[in-house]
Amino acid sequence: MSPDLLKLIFGRLGLESLPLHEPIVVGTFVVVALGGAALLGGLTYFRLWGYLWREWFTTVDHKRIGIMYMILGIVMLLRGFADALMMRGQQMLAFNGSEGYLNAHHYDQIFTAHGVIMIFFVAMPLVTGLMNYVVPLQIGARDVSFPFLNNFSFWMTVGGAVLVMASLFIGEFARTGWLAYPPLSNIGYSPDVGVDYYIWALQVAGVGTTLSGINLICTIVKLRCPGMTMMKMPVFTWTSLCTNVLIVASFPVLTVVLALLSLDRYVGTNFFTNDFGGSPMMYVNLIWIWGHPEVYILVLPAFGIFSEVTSTFSGKRLFGYTSMVYATVVITILSYLVWLHHFFTMGSGASVNSFFGITTMIISIPTGAKMFNWLFTMYRGRIRYELPMMWTIAFMLTFVIGGMTGVLLAVPPADFVLHNSLFLIAHFHNVIIGGVVFGAFAGINYWFPKAFGFKLDPFWGKMSFWFWVTGFYLAFMPLYVLGLMGVTRRLRVFDDPSLQIWFVIAAIGAVFVFIGILAMLMQFAVSLLKREQLKDVTGDPWDARTLEWATSSPPPDYNFAFTPVVHDNDAWWDMKRRGYQRPLTGFKPIHMPSSTGTGIILAGFATAMGFALVWYMWWLAALSFIAMLAVGIGHTFNYHRDFDIPADDVIRTEDARTKLLAGAK
Amino acid sequence: MTVAVNPSQTGEPVFYLADEHPHPEGWSTSLGFWIYLMSDCLIFAILFATYGVLGGNYAAGPAPKDLFDLTLVAVNTSMLLLSSITYGFAMLTMQQNKVAQTQVWLAITGLFGLAFIGIELFEFAHMIHEGATPQRSAFLSAFFTLVGTHGLHVTCGLIWLVTLMVQVGKFGLIEANRRRLMCLSMFWHFLDVVWIGVFTFVYLLGVLR
Repeated sequence: MSPDLLKLIFGRLGLESLPLHEPIVVGTFVVVALGGAALLGGLTYFRLWGYLWREWFTTVDHKRIGIMYMILGIVMLLRGFADALMMRGQQMLAFNGSEGYLNAHHYDQIFTAHGVIMIFFVAMPLVTGLMNYVVPLQIGARDVSFPFLNNFSFWMTVGGAVLVMASLFIGEFARTGWLAYPPLSNIGYSPDVGVDYYIWALQVAGVGTTLSGINLICTIVKLRCPGMTMMKMPVFTWTSLCTNVLIVASFPVLTVVLALLSLDRYVGTNFFTNDFGGSPMMYVNLIWIWGHPEVYILVLPAFGIFSEVTSTFSGKRLFGYTSMVYATVVITILSYLVWLHHFFTMGSGASVNSFFGITTMIISIPTGAKMFNWLFTMYRGRIRYELPMMWTIAFMLTFVIGGMTGVLLAVPPADFVLHNSLFLIAHFHNVIIGGVVFGAFAGINYWFPKAFGFKLDPFWGKMSFWFWVTGFYLAFMPLYVLGLMGVTRRLRVFDDPSLQIWFVIAAIGAVFVFIGILAMLMQFAVSLLKREQLKDVTGDPWDARTLEWATSSPPPDYNFAFTPVVHDNDAWWDMKRRGYQRPLTGFKPIHMPSSTGTGIILAGFATAMGFALVWYMWWLAALSFIAMLAVGIGHTFNYHRDFDIPADDVIRTEDARTKLLAGAK
Repeated sequence: MTVAVNPSQTGEPVFYLADEHPHPEGWSTSLGFWIYLMSDCLIFAILFATYGVLGGNYAAGPAPKDLFDLTLVAVNTSMLLLSSITYGFAMLTMQQNKVAQTQVWLAITGLFGLAFIGIELFEFAHMIHEGATPQRSAFLSAFFTLVGTHGLHVTCGLIWLVTLMVQVGKFGLIEANRRRLMCLSMFWHFLDVVWIGVFTFVYLLGVLR
């Protein structure tokens, strides 16, 4: 075929785009391809495709979508962590004239991919998954406000993850750092496909995140069960509400700033260029106007989880509920007034820097209030050191350290010294791992029995816990030291041999965390095998306090046979205390949304369009866009999106539970 | 929604609704669509801010004074404002359950919208022909993006309008279609409001500057 025709069909994609000269990537590809083939083969052999399609891929059930988000987060954690191990290995080795084992081209992609994946495709899915699963149950609803959108949002997030993963084997990823600052990310300095993969992965996933934010806000505002006033909502629901407000109020900014960057790259406009009046610093401002709220998007739900866990495992009502709510709201608002602290060195002058330094320090006040609330909840409580509580205590210790280094960085003169150093890296890993990741693990251990009807194995859970926590400290405390000594981030080789020991310790820490991750996977496997021993038929294994524990584990499709009525903050605790009797008769048909394949199809076309735009395959981009439009409009011609679960089915499900409960006594 | 959440007459607390009515279809739609509009508003806010920052960076190229033809913009603005009024009439006739009249008003709205897009495209083509391309300066990049994004929204609104006309034609003014028309109405008026901002801050202030 003529080169022109090839170019028309494949754009700039050619055989030379495949990284065949990188043995590490080829090796990874072989492993992934074999593993993928085995997985697909297994699914085909056991004839699971139909089941997966009907029951999972097309489901609009918030519980199943929540579980799929969690699976996505955990799978991507393995990828993101592989990047972390490679970086630690490289930095440990590249001393005394050694170049290490990663060339600059590959190393720069690794640190970019690590950041992007960990934030967008690990932390976000884990947090969104927990909110999706838990919030409707906590407010006594049957599903979210827009069940189809929920399915669509999930698959858009998957689409973004697929694009990032594709960049590993087809072409390359950005080499710019996780926020892709111009002018480096402009076409002149990054002419290859890396930044385009970055842009389209985030744009596709971003649509999903924004829509899921709108969805959950509506769910919380409109679908609370009778009696649940705003100030009777569980704290996790409150933090979820604030997080989703933050999502809706910040992700559009990311969408715009990435769109402007793509215009610069594709059309040749001059938003962030060095000449023709462009301003790269505007990109930095805009992306942090999204970026700072983003860290609170991640950590607020974690705060909610810790609140639920602390109160449940201390056997007490949460101390200072009202102050907890107000602290959450204040953090929500303040998170918009601090973005400039990410680049005090921009040189905006003393007044501006002072303003942003002070607002940043003020955020530590509501956060501190929360910390004291948790401590006072524990005070004189009958504390049970189960896994969720262990993660919570590890969080309280770790997060306080991270918070204090954060306040240090908020002082502009100190920041001028520490800016872009490993001190900063240590700080944000300290709060993100200590806050978000520990929170997600607390949440997983806490709500797993609700989702699957059996608890997670405590032995492997504790192994995972101790390796994670010690591994975290070993990996990041040396980075504080190195940062104070002036070592900057993203370096590939080092000259000063006296630094090496710290990198060796950090690498050992990373190995510890790796063992912690393996132990967690082991925990899932062992728990699955021992599910009969770990079984919980009561639906309330922790003697907990909020509504999600009032129904069975796993909950039926319709969540609650009758919509609950709430009289107290700790609704389920109140019901137990006042002798609530589970209704055994009077069941009626229940109105529920129907499954649909439109979400996954639309997201598939969106992903194809992203891929086509990365490679300049204009025909495919246009085709996918038209297909998306057609499928989307076609979907609106379907007016029958609900069905009734017949009363007989409800009776059968509820009778089965009655038998289980009787057997348990 | 009024539900007895207080203890019932017997004094026993009520912990569940024995007789429940599911939320009506579209219970959350207006709120959801409103929140979506606010997120869209944020998109425009950032584009306005970008224009505010870069709008004076002409890079020795043409400035607003050299480019903007206020008469044309005035005509264009009136097209969009009129389309908002006719959409309002469509909503009024919808309330009276008059399918044919609603369709007519929707069609007129669509024509005004089409005229708006046409004039805008003409203006863009004219500017590009004169060498004032989006690549020429940061000011022009920001201008084309802000105004173009608005135009893109109107185009989406037109596609949506046609879809809804087909649906109203096929299924009549059923509850679901009324809800959809209401959402498009919010969208359409929202674009009108944004255009007032564009007209004032980009065109009028641009010519003054």
